[in-house]
Amino acid sequence: MSTVLTVTNLSKSYHGKAAVGGVSFAVARGEIVGLLGPNGAGKTTSINMVLGVLAPDSGSIVIDGIDLATSPATARGRTNFAAVYAPLPGNLTVAQNLRMFGLMYDVPNLTNRIAALIVEYELTAYRHTKCGLLSSGEQTRVALAKAMLNDPPLLLLDEPTASLDPATARDVRRHIRATASRGTGGVLWTSHNMAEVEEVCDRVLFMSHGEVLLQGNPKTLPAEHGKSSLEELFIAVAREPLTLETA
Amino acid sequence: MKLRRSYAIIYRYFSLLRSSPDRLIGLYIWMLIDMVLWGFLSTYLDRIVPAGFNAISAFLGAVLLMNFFSRVMLNINMAFFEDMWARNFLNLFASPMRISEYLVGLICCGIVTSTLGLAIAFGASSLLFGFSPLTYGLAILPFLAILFLFGIALGILGCAIVLARGPSSEWFIWPIPAVISPFVGVYYPIDTLPHWMQAVSTILPPRYVFEGLRGVLHQQSSNIAELSLGICLAIGYILLASAIFLRVYRKAMRTGLIARYSAENAN
Repeated sequence: MSTVLTVTNLSKSYHGKAAVGGVSFAVARGEIVGLLGPNGAGKTTSINMVLGVLAPDSGSIVIDGIDLATSPATARGRTNFAAVYAPLPGNLTVAQNLRMFGLMYDVPNLTNRIAALIVEYELTAYRHTKCGLLSSGEQTRVALAKAMLNDPPLLLLDEPTASLDPATARDVRRHIRATASRGTGGVLWTSHNMAEVEEVCDRVLFMSHGEVLLQGNPKTLPAEHGKSSLEELFIAVAREPLTLETA
Repeated sequence: MKLRRSYAIIYRYFSLLRSSPDRLIGLYIWMLIDMVLWGFLSTYLDRIVPAGFNAISAFLGAVLLMNFFSRVMLNINMAFFEDMWARNFLNLFASPMRISEYLVGLICCGIVTSTLGLAIAFGASSLLFGFSPLTYGLAILPFLAILFLFGIALGILGCAIVLARGPSSEWFIWPIPAVISPFVGVYYPIDTLPHWMQAVSTILPPRYVFEGLRGVLHQQSSNIAELSLGICLAIGYILLASAIFLRVYRKAMRTGLIARYSAENAN
């Protein structure tokens, strides 16, 4: 499997305090990687650096073979994202939002691409509805459709199922699994729902205090560290990271 | 540079205008109110002032040009504010769109809406007060060019200020044309001003427009050297404002401000 994201020794400090300190990881094509950790662990800071909206102090980010520092626009064109804290403009309709972002990502055959995504994400009935009037689940589906516009080699999802009901969350997971299984791109996913992570992710990275503490298969990792579940491991990472470092 | 990405900004802005008559009215109502107010005042002045002074040409023309200048600036800012109000910066700056492509998109929004506003205002002034821009002949072209370029420069600077200082600084932007207006002699010759204000006015391109406007009306000629200076200054300000915007953007990238612009609002 080729690599769609390579992060090497990535660091970021605010006022002398390290938010992310020398993080390295990779995401392979067709792989879903979960980025886990307590609030303030450095997950969103890392994702923002990969998105190209936050400049790292040091380290490198290579997206689908393109160095983000030297060719930011080209590298950003190989990625896309959906995050609960970055809703699409609520005063534009679903179709208008998809067209606007399709133009920004320079998507070829845009009209056909939008039509296909509207069907795939079951948005036909809301095509001409302003996004601000949609339910949380519908807005998430629109955000995912936007994130898939350019068929990105690297898809970044920051808590995409937060605030969704279980049925809608399951639909969203199904869509993302289907996307990854095509093998054209990899997914970096953050979530606080450990059952979801165990179901969806091929590999997880546990972050704490700006560093990657553990990584491995979410189904076997808890047992490797003497924990009965991923949730227990998460709590241990949040409360006793030093114990785990020596484990 | 891919103009298709700049077109995304234009598409977004005109989609909003098309679906929202409130926005359209807001773009043009103040220009029309000003025109009507100054049109009647000028008509009255023409009645009481001795023959030889044409208040309609002197004041109404100046008001229309000043409004054109402020609309160019504010309409660029309005297109930028739409992204801020919609908390769209994270989506926008995480896309492959370059800063130059974004600025070109914003400027095009300002160009189209302000040109349309100017056409509406000229049509209405011609209909209501019999005033035509043809009064100034071809001299109106450099006047419009200077105001247009300086409006773009201040529009870009306004975007930089709001990006640097956050959404609440939006209120710094609205009064900028009004603050500039006393220095550039919209309604009176520059030599009316105290010396320090005259000194300030020399670096403000609209001064050369409004002085030139009076020159055309009184001597039937305009000072080419001063107009050229006005154009050069305005182009210089565009380059300076773009450099400031780029610097603010880079600082926002280092400090995480762009990411927080969204995240903070979402909390």
